[in-house]
Amino acid sequence: MSDAESPSEFDPVAPNTGEEFEPVDVFPDSDDFDLRPGADSCYKCSTCDTNCPVAEVDDDFPGPKFQGPEQWRLKQSDDDHDVDDSVMDCSNCMRCDNACPSGVPLSQMHNTARGEYVSEQMDKLSVEYVRNRILANYRTSAFFASKVPRLANAAMNFGPARWLMEKTLGVTSERDFPEFATQTFREWWADRGGQAQSRENARAARERRGLPADADKKVAYFHGCYSNYNTPEVGKAMVRVYEAFGYEVVAPKQKCSGTPMFANGMLDDARRHAETNVSSMADLVEEGYHAIASCTSCSMALRQEYPELFDIDGIDEVAENTFEAVEYLRIHEDLREEVREAEVDGDLAEEFAYHAPCHSRNQGLDRQAVELFRDLDGVDVEDVGDSCSGISGTYGWKEEKYEKSMAIGEEMFEHMDHAAGETGMTECPTCAMQMEHGSGYEIRHPLELLEAALVE
Amino acid sequence: MAIESEVLVVGGGLAGLTGALAAAREGADVRLVSYKQSTLRQASGLVDVLGYTPDGAGPLTDPFEAIPSLPDAHPYRKVGVHTVREALSLFDEAVPTYEGGHTDANALLPTHGGTVKPTARYPAGASAGLASDARDTLLVGIEEMVDFDAPHVAAHLDAAGVPFDVRGETIRFPGDLRADAKVTRYAKLLDTDSEVAVRGRMVPAREALAQRVNPLLEDEERVGFPAILGDDNPGEIRAELSDRLGVDVFEVPMGPPSLPGLRLEDALFSALDEAGASIETGNPVVDFEGEDRIERVFIEKNGAKIPNSADQYVLATGGFVGKGVESDREGVYEPVFDCHVPHASDRYDWFEGDLFGDHEFARYGVATDDDLRPLDASEHSEFENLRAAGSVLGGYDFAAEKSGSGVSIATGYAAGQRAAQEAR
Repeated sequence: MSDAESPSEFDPVAPNTGEEFEPVDVFPDSDDFDLRPGADSCYKCSTCDTNCPVAEVDDDFPGPKFQGPEQWRLKQSDDDHDVDDSVMDCSNCMRCDNACPSGVPLSQMHNTARGEYVSEQMDKLSVEYVRNRILANYRTSAFFASKVPRLANAAMNFGPARWLMEKTLGVTSERDFPEFATQTFREWWADRGGQAQSRENARAARERRGLPADADKKVAYFHGCYSNYNTPEVGKAMVRVYEAFGYEVVAPKQKCSGTPMFANGMLDDARRHAETNVSSMADLVEEGYHAIASCTSCSMALRQEYPELFDIDGIDEVAENTFEAVEYLRIHEDLREEVREAEVDGDLAEEFAYHAPCHSRNQGLDRQAVELFRDLDGVDVEDVGDSCSGISGTYGWKEEKYEKSMAIGEEMFEHMDHAAGETGMTECPTCAMQMEHGSGYEIRHPLELLEAALVE
Repeated sequence: MAIESEVLVVGGGLAGLTGALAAAREGADVRLVSYKQSTLRQASGLVDVLGYTPDGAGPLTDPFEAIPSLPDAHPYRKVGVHTVREALSLFDEAVPTYEGGHTDANALLPTHGGTVKPTARYPAGASAGLASDARDTLLVGIEEMVDFDAPHVAAHLDAAGVPFDVRGETIRFPGDLRADAKVTRYAKLLDTDSEVAVRGRMVPAREALAQRVNPLLEDEERVGFPAILGDDNPGEIRAELSDRLGVDVFEVPMGPPSLPGLRLEDALFSALDEAGASIETGNPVVDFEGEDRIERVFIEKNGAKIPNSADQYVLATGGFVGKGVESDREGVYEPVFDCHVPHASDRYDWFEGDLFGDHEFARYGVATDDDLRPLDASEHSEFENLRAAGSVLGGYDFAAEKSGSGVSIATGYAAGQRAAQEAR
C-alpha cells in the first residue's frame, strides 16, 4: 500500500455514496507544480501527435504525448528519472494544447520539463547553452543594437561575421537578421508626447463619435520587443487605431514577454522579465486598464504561460485582463460593421497571403484576420492554410534546426506561392521572418491594415 | 458589447459542423465555437446511418426503411426519415470525396479489427475495399504500426465469411521510421513524396513503398493499407500506388488518431468557411445569461469571459466522450446550459453487470421536443431559442446501432436549418 489513506470500509461492489467518503490526497502540500492530474487525464488518443509540426517531418522526435503526459508519469514514479533530451527538439508551438480533448496541459508540461532539463541536465559551458541563452535574450541584443541601428544592421548581416557566428555559435547563416528601426516605438511614443498626447487624441475621437468625454476607455499596450525595436509601424498602428476608437493608450515599463526563454528552457530569465511585466501591468489592471498585445506570442505568454509557470502577485489578474489587439476591439466595439463600411486604397490595397501563427490558436484567434477583413473593400485576405511556419521564434535560427524549420515551412511557402497576392500578413514577428525568408514577400500586420481602413 | 451572430453553434464535431453549414446555407450569419479541435480526428471517417436495430437485428440492408420503426424517443423519429435524407444530401454536396450516396443500401466495410461494418457513406479511398466485392485481397501492414496487424485482420475477415480470399503481409515502411512514428509522419512523407533511404539509395517514398509491396503480391486484384496514405493528396497517392502495383489500392479506416477523420474535418471546415461562417476553436463555453431565452454565452479564455450573443443557439457538444454530457456520483447533467438529462436516480441502474450488456447510460442525453428543443424534467422546453443535436441527445445507443454519424448529421442539419429560419 502507498502512504495514501484509504477509507476504512470500502467495498468496490456496493455503493458507498451514503457513507462518509474522503477523497485521497496522494501528494499533500508539495510546492512544485503537480502535473500528475494532467497526466492522468490523458487517455492516449494521440490527437496531440497529429498536431505536432516537428513529428511530421522528423521521426526522431517522439511527439507531444511522450514529452507531456508519458514523461510526467515516468517522473512521478521515479525521482531519478531524467528528462529526455528530445524535449529540446520541441519548438514550443503549443498546438498540442488546442488539440487535447481531455484538457491535458501539454505545453505547461513541456515548458516545465524543458526548464528542468536545462537547469539540471544541460552543460552550462556548452556552446548550445550559450547560444540558446543569447537567442532567448533577444531583447538584450536588440536593446544595444537599437542604440546604433544602422551600424547594427550592417554588422549583423555582414557575411564573414555571420559565417563566424554559425561556426562558433551555431546560429544559421542562411537567414538575414531583421532590420532595426532607426527610431524605436518608445522613442516615437515619447517624442509624440506620451500618455498626455494619447489622452488628448482619445478625447477628440470620443467627441467625434459622440461618446461621453470621460468614457472609461483606457488600455495598456504591451508592444513587446519586436514592435519596439524592429517594426515600430505596428505599434504606431495600434496606438492610432485605439485612439480613433476613443481609447487612451499607455505604454508601461516592460521587458521581454518570455516567449523565447520558455522555448529555450531559460525559466529563471523568463521569471525575471515576467516579474517586471506583471508588476507594471498589475498596477494598471487595478486602475481599470486592460493589457493589449499586438504580438500573439506576447499575449499568449501573459495569458497562459505566466499563470501556468509562475506564481507572482497579480499574475492571474493580468492574465484575465490581457487581450490581443484586434480581439479586444471585436469584443468592445462594433468592429465588423466599421470594417464593412470602410474601404482601403493606396499602399495597402493589396491581396494578402495570411498565415495564422501557432500561438494565435489556443487564444481562438487563428481565423480572426481572415474573417474580419472578408467584408473590407479594396483588399483580399487569403488564408494560406493551417500549417506551422516552422520558425517557432529562435528554433529556426539554430544551425542544426534550420533544415527542419524549412521543411515544416514548406507547406506554407507553397500555399503562399499559390495565393493571389504577393504581400504576406501575420501577427507574429518570427512567422513574418519565415514568410519573408521563404517567399521574398513583404509582410504586414493586421493592425496596419486596420489603420489604413479606419484611421484618416 | 459582445461578439454577435444570428446563429451560434456550440460544438465542432459532425453535428455542430453540419448544423452550422445548414444554417449558413439558409443565409444566416453563423458562428461556430468549439472548445478544442473537432473530435472528428478520433472518428473512423465512416458515416453510418443505421447498421443495427436497437434490438440488435442486422446488419441492416436499408437503414432508411428501418427508421420509422425505431422507438419514439430516438432522434431519427424526432426529425423524420425525410430530413435524414435531406441532411445526407447536404453532406454529399459538401464532401464530394465521399461515396455511397448512389444507393439507400448500406455498404459493408472491413475495419482495422477485421470485422465488417455496415455504413452509409465512406471515403473514396476505402471504396476499392468493400467487403461485398468478391475480388481477392492482399492487406499490407507496417511493422512499426502495431494498430494494424495485417495477417490477424485477414484471418478475422476470413472468419467473418467475406466472399473473397484475403491474405495479410507485414512490411517495414521504406526509410525505417521510428517504432511509434505518427500517422502524420507517414502521410507527410507520401504527400510530399520525399525521398527515403532504401539500401543506401534515395528513392521517392511512393515508389519505395510500391517496391516493397510488389514482390508480395500474388494474384490478388486489390491491396489494402492502413489509412496512412496522405493527408493533403490521398487520391493522387492511391492512384500512383495503384499504377505501380497494377491493382486497385484502398485504405482500411483506423482508430484514433485517424487520417480519414482528419480529412473529413478539413472538408467540412472548408465548406463552412466557403459558406461564410465564423469559426473559433480553443476555448470552452462556460456560462450563459438568460431565463426562458438564452441572451448570451461566455467563452472562457484564461479567466477572461468573452461574451458571445446570438438570436438562436445550437447545442452540439457531444455525449459522455465529448464531455457534452457529464456524470458524477450524484447524477448525470449537461454542463453548459444545465439542460435536464433524464436518468435513473440510483446510479447502479445506469449500467449492467455484463461489459457488453445493454447499458442505460449509453442512451443518456437530453430529451427534446420534435423541434429538437431540450426539455426540462416536466417536459417543457428549457429555452425557446436553444436546439440540441448530435450525441448530446438521448434516446439512442449509437455504438450498438452504428448510427452516430447519421444522427449527428440529421439532427445537426435540422437544428441548424430551423435556427436559421427562426433567427430574426
